[in-house]
Amino acid sequence: MEVRPDVVDILSGFALFADMSTPELENIVQTFGEVYFAEGERVVRQGLTATGFYVVLDGGANIVVGGKERGNLRPGDFFGEISCLLGEPPTADVVATKPLRCLVLAPHALEEFLVANPHVMYRVLQGEARKLRTTTKWLS
Amino acid sequence: MAELTERPFPPGAYPLVVVGSGPGALQLTYTLRGMGIDHAVISQDDAPGGMFRKWPIFQRMLSWTKPFAEQKRGSREYERYDWNSMLGEEQDTRAIMPTVMDGTSYFPSRPEMERGLATFAQRTGLQVRHGCRWEATRRLEGGDLVLETSDGEYRAPTIVFAVGVSQPWRPPVLDLEGVEQYGDLRPAETYRDRRVFIVGKQNSGFEIASGLLPWARQIVLASPSPAQLSVQTHSLVGVRARYVQPYEDYALAGGVVILDASIEKVERDRDVFHVTTKSAHEDHPRHFVADDVIAATGFTCPLLDLPEIGVATFGQSRLPAQTPFWRSVSIDGVYFAGTIMQGSQGLRKHGIPSNSGAVQGYRYNARVLARHLAETRFGKPRQRRAIKPDEVIPLLLAEASRGPELWHQRSYLARVVSLDRAEGIFDEGILPLAHFVDDSDGPDAVAITLESNGQDPPYPTAYIRRRGQTLHERSLQPPDILLEYDGPAYARELAAALEPVLDQALTRVTP
Repeated sequence: MEVRPDVVDILSGFALFADMSTPELENIVQTFGEVYFAEGERVVRQGLTATGFYVVLDGGANIVVGGKERGNLRPGDFFGEISCLLGEPPTADVVATKPLRCLVLAPHALEEFLVANPHVMYRVLQGEARKLRTTTKWLS
Repeated sequence: MAELTERPFPPGAYPLVVVGSGPGALQLTYTLRGMGIDHAVISQDDAPGGMFRKWPIFQRMLSWTKPFAEQKRGSREYERYDWNSMLGEEQDTRAIMPTVMDGTSYFPSRPEMERGLATFAQRTGLQVRHGCRWEATRRLEGGDLVLETSDGEYRAPTIVFAVGVSQPWRPPVLDLEGVEQYGDLRPAETYRDRRVFIVGKQNSGFEIASGLLPWARQIVLASPSPAQLSVQTHSLVGVRARYVQPYEDYALAGGVVILDASIEKVERDRDVFHVTTKSAHEDHPRHFVADDVIAATGFTCPLLDLPEIGVATFGQSRLPAQTPFWRSVSIDGVYFAGTIMQGSQGLRKHGIPSNSGAVQGYRYNARVLARHLAETRFGKPRQRRAIKPDEVIPLLLAEASRGPELWHQRSYLARVVSLDRAEGIFDEGILPLAHFVDDSDGPDAVAITLESNGQDPPYPTAYIRRRGQTLHERSLQPPDILLEYDGPAYARELAAALEPVLDQALTRVTP
């Protein structure tokens, strides 16, 4: 599904795309699709393959593992990258907590996208580093 | 036609109203009528399939009907090769399209498509109140909806809108007098020896470029990201093969330029346009002079005031967001049929969308929707067939091999068999996969789909649900190059996958 024109403005405010020029953002907007989920709808399903890489535009969602809430997602957050990068099913559900609008990229397209946009790759790595730090703190 | 003079369905209160008379509306009303569901159908057009009198602009559909195929014409299995016919029950209402095509192409022309729909409507005796234009919508306390039309008011608790995704859309940068739009182009010969700048690199842009190749001096096709080709995506995502000729002209330096750049500015100076583009890969903008600028930048849904009464929409096309059964996620009683059904996105596995935007996809959705409406809005239980344990695996694999619903709606529609130990084993028919995997109240069951991953031939994938949870999915690999999935190897693999929900004895496979 093609994305709305206002998405370029929304993306320009996200840390993930902070290093991108306007033409680069317009390219990104056409590379991704736009998807919408109603409150309570599952975006990603634990154990089901081939979902995608998502960036939250509007709304919110919970990360649910085995029926337990493990975190939440807000505009600017991204999810699904681990499943895409490893080619494995997601280990959590993502459930919309209010009407949720996201950009989505097909799993097989993520590698090409990140390699072509190294600044975004760096920002994704920062995000992964934060998740790892949180997990390490939790384990210790 | 008879209904033009008789004018059925006068304004008033009905249990259900369908708006539209394209393929989606016709399939839905035909199926509803077969179930005995009382409803009205209204359409602003004068005859079925009004869109095909305008589009596609260069005459032929993008969807096949192969007159000769492996399967017998008129059989259910033949539907895999006939993307355009409506689905009737009586033999003379099936596979109509190959009988109205002149044989010069297996892509029907617009008049052929229109003739096929009219023939279906005439043979089935479908009734539509034509020339009745929906103009506004109200919601009443209690939930009923009111359609204000050119003929008067219609009141119903359930309304299905099948009005297409048919309004050309252009971005503000192209909002300039003289910029043309897909759908209102001049005759092709009037572009003789002219420089044509087309904004948009999807099928509509490439369709225009292909049509103007014999006439235009130069054609530029521009949009920010590279075009995808369907032969590369192994799906309907991307430019279809028959519109790829401009690419070859580009590759062979034949007066076509294909540009990955955003449109920064379009200005008109007397008889010419000046177009400024900016690429993410170049430091400086480019400037083009064109005699014609054409916006092929997509379409939106003609939803009138539905967003104002609360229908949530998304994406550039302003598609209404829908549940797996094509109901508005935000307004009860509002459903959609036809190409708008693509707003119910399903699982989008591997990033590949459904074919709900095309006849061969939404005609099956319409049947599922009719059954769902009958069950949930009219209290008519869904028919399901009891089957024996040793029928389960052959049924599922036969559907994966030849079931047209699964072939046309991959990872979107599924054949479902419920495995309730108390009630027995039932063939539940075709259901949306998204509903199946999220139906936490459902019995133990298995759903089979065909899945495409954008690289390999399609392969069956089984989803096994137990105690309300989807236990797991199992793709039956490797894909078969001849696309036959009912051999013993696949049967053994499926039997192994079904072990958690079927006794070993029940999944025993005869090699």
